[in-house]
Amino acid sequence: MKKILLGNEAIVQGALEAGVNFVSAYPGTPSSEIGNIFGDIAKKHGVYFEFSTNEKVAMEASIGASFSGLKCLVAMKNFGLNVASEALIPFCYTGTKGPTVIIVADDPSCWSSGQSEQNTRAFAYLAHIPMLEPSDAQEAKDFTKLGFEISEKYNLPVIIRITTRVAHQRMPVEIGTIKKSSTKGKFVKDVKKYVTMPPRVLEMKEELLEKMDKLGGDAEKSKWNVLTGGNGKIGIITSGVSYLYIKEVLDKLGLNMPTLKLGFFNPLPRKKISSFIKGLDKVLIVEELEGWLEKEVNILAKQVNPELKIHGKDVLPISREFNADIVGPAIAKILGKKWKKSLEIGNWKLEIPKRYPRLCEGCPYWFVFSAVKEVAPEGTIFGGGIGCYMLAGFPPHGIQDYLLCMGSSIGVAHGIKKNSKQKLITFIGDGSFFHAGIPALINTVYNKSNPLIIIMDNRITAMTGHQPNPGMGKTGMGENSEEILIEDIVKACGVKHVRVIDPKNISELKATIKEFLDKKEVSVIVSKRICALWERRLKRSEKHGK
Amino acid sequence: MGNKTFNIVITGTGGQGLITLLQIVAEAATIEGFDVKTAELHGLSQRGGSVNTHIRIGEKVYSPLVPLGSADLILSLEYLETLRAIPYSNSKTTFLINCYSLPFVGTISEKEIDRRLSELIKSDKIIIAASEVCRKELGKDVLGGIYLISYAAFKGLLPIKPESIKKAIARIIPKKYLDINQKAYKLAKYAN
Repeated sequence: MKKILLGNEAIVQGALEAGVNFVSAYPGTPSSEIGNIFGDIAKKHGVYFEFSTNEKVAMEASIGASFSGLKCLVAMKNFGLNVASEALIPFCYTGTKGPTVIIVADDPSCWSSGQSEQNTRAFAYLAHIPMLEPSDAQEAKDFTKLGFEISEKYNLPVIIRITTRVAHQRMPVEIGTIKKSSTKGKFVKDVKKYVTMPPRVLEMKEELLEKMDKLGGDAEKSKWNVLTGGNGKIGIITSGVSYLYIKEVLDKLGLNMPTLKLGFFNPLPRKKISSFIKGLDKVLIVEELEGWLEKEVNILAKQVNPELKIHGKDVLPISREFNADIVGPAIAKILGKKWKKSLEIGNWKLEIPKRYPRLCEGCPYWFVFSAVKEVAPEGTIFGGGIGCYMLAGFPPHGIQDYLLCMGSSIGVAHGIKKNSKQKLITFIGDGSFFHAGIPALINTVYNKSNPLIIIMDNRITAMTGHQPNPGMGKTGMGENSEEILIEDIVKACGVKHVRVIDPKNISELKATIKEFLDKKEVSVIVSKRICALWERRLKRSEKHGK
Repeated sequence: MGNKTFNIVITGTGGQGLITLLQIVAEAATIEGFDVKTAELHGLSQRGGSVNTHIRIGEKVYSPLVPLGSADLILSLEYLETLRAIPYSNSKTTFLINCYSLPFVGTISEKEIDRRLSELIKSDKIIIAASEVCRKELGKDVLGGIYLISYAAFKGLLPIKPESIKKAIARIIPKKYLDINQKAYKLAKYAN
């Protein structure tokens, strides 16, 4: 039976069919639906699910569950893996006990990423971790299951690297049987396996490299590294969603070029690639973002076919996602053909006013931003981070002077204030505060600088689609939990000037901003009011008796 | 329809229900036995900003993205946003446009939008007051999308029968909102 699934839904289905027991995630577009869905269905399937406080903690939670023998899935967006990498890399050394798959979602073209256009494939090299790249929703499901199989066989965690156009692509997907799950684990002590201390850690690295070497043998035989198309002297090597654009372009051109589609990014089936390029005159490597496959092919060609002309990033961009309109001209170019543009509107120079994303109607942040704009003296620096409050940078607000990552609003504020007398107001959301704000706040107190920090507590992680966080008293599965008060944490960090304000009390808010801007020590306003969208949804579901 | 892919671009702003519409069309396409692939965006781009979604229907569909100049049908939920979808059109593309504006600071006048639309669109252009009808009859602008897609099916602008759209609505829309959505579908049936 087939059912239309979103790529992320297909991953959930694949994990359930593989018999996943334990799922931990941190929301981030384009990966968020994976956690949202598990939050809704975990109980029904006997699976444990949590939204962890950040991606490192999510990774560690699954590592612990894996060490206890459970089958684990971890999901996050690309930047999340940066946070989680400190746990991930030694996890590859210890290896898994219960099979573990890590879903990491990249976002070429930065549709929903205000940090960088990160290519997570780099982690394959850094961590020596197996990495698979599905190209559509069906493969997203199949590769998730394959990931669990590989993890089970080699006791290695496996990354499934998806991109926006895979995560948020829908297509009919074959539905299989869901395996029964249990969340009963047992940790069996094994110091040799779970403790990464020298000198043992170096033996572990060797064991890891050996495992990857053996897995390389499987990759050579895997049906997911597949040769398609006919014969010819000009070929294509590709992976991920790019494959779909190639199929589309070749269809349009009426061509049947030999194409090697790689499901494995790490380890690469080097022999298969070598035998593919051996008989070619020219090869085009079609991969989104940085050309690492191309580099690998360059190395292999030196041995088996030094005359081979290798094209890739000379005809395709390193930045921005691909589509048929980008891949088409590249293929035509290496064939020496003309690409007929399908765009018929000539002189496409229409300037259409930009419709910026904006705060929702009734959003409590409106009050905070307008209060800040009104009372902040000329020249005040405004700090930012990741969440709905990054809309501070767009019109009509325009109060954002730096933005880098989760928690950057406080960490960077300290660095500026330590060296400058300029006034500085920095915003951080409740979700980001729990995620990465607390160590930065402690540092600000400990190392004595005095920014004004406004914690925008809208009682939920809103930007990514309303996921619960530790300030809400609800877990990812909807269970009641301790409601952790942000103001208590702030006080416990040693902040002397703390005030909790409902931003609708705009005169109190303005007076406090003025007062706190003159403090010699760090000061914190917790602006506490529920997200307007979430409040409306809660009211609606109350009305409908749910 | 043969081997040709039928390409739909839906354009509008975050919050207008574009993803629900996409789900309905995709579901209806599979009810009729077609292959289908779609593309959508979530997150930051959804917060009231410009959004477009792609739906491709055919015997076998590869890419989820509609290439430029290749849309068979452009469904616009917001008047100005129609302009942003024009690069996907060609001389045979049908535009079905909701006569409905969500203005913002710095926008251009409706007159100017009119001028640009008639200058740039040489193909069929159908403008209907979908959201207005839904507001008057059902009290909700946001149903304009359901009205528009149903209208497209009834007028033969889609390779999908209205009956399949109706079935898909019943599968996709949550029960508590189903009745009002079905009413929007029926309103479109009797539209001129």
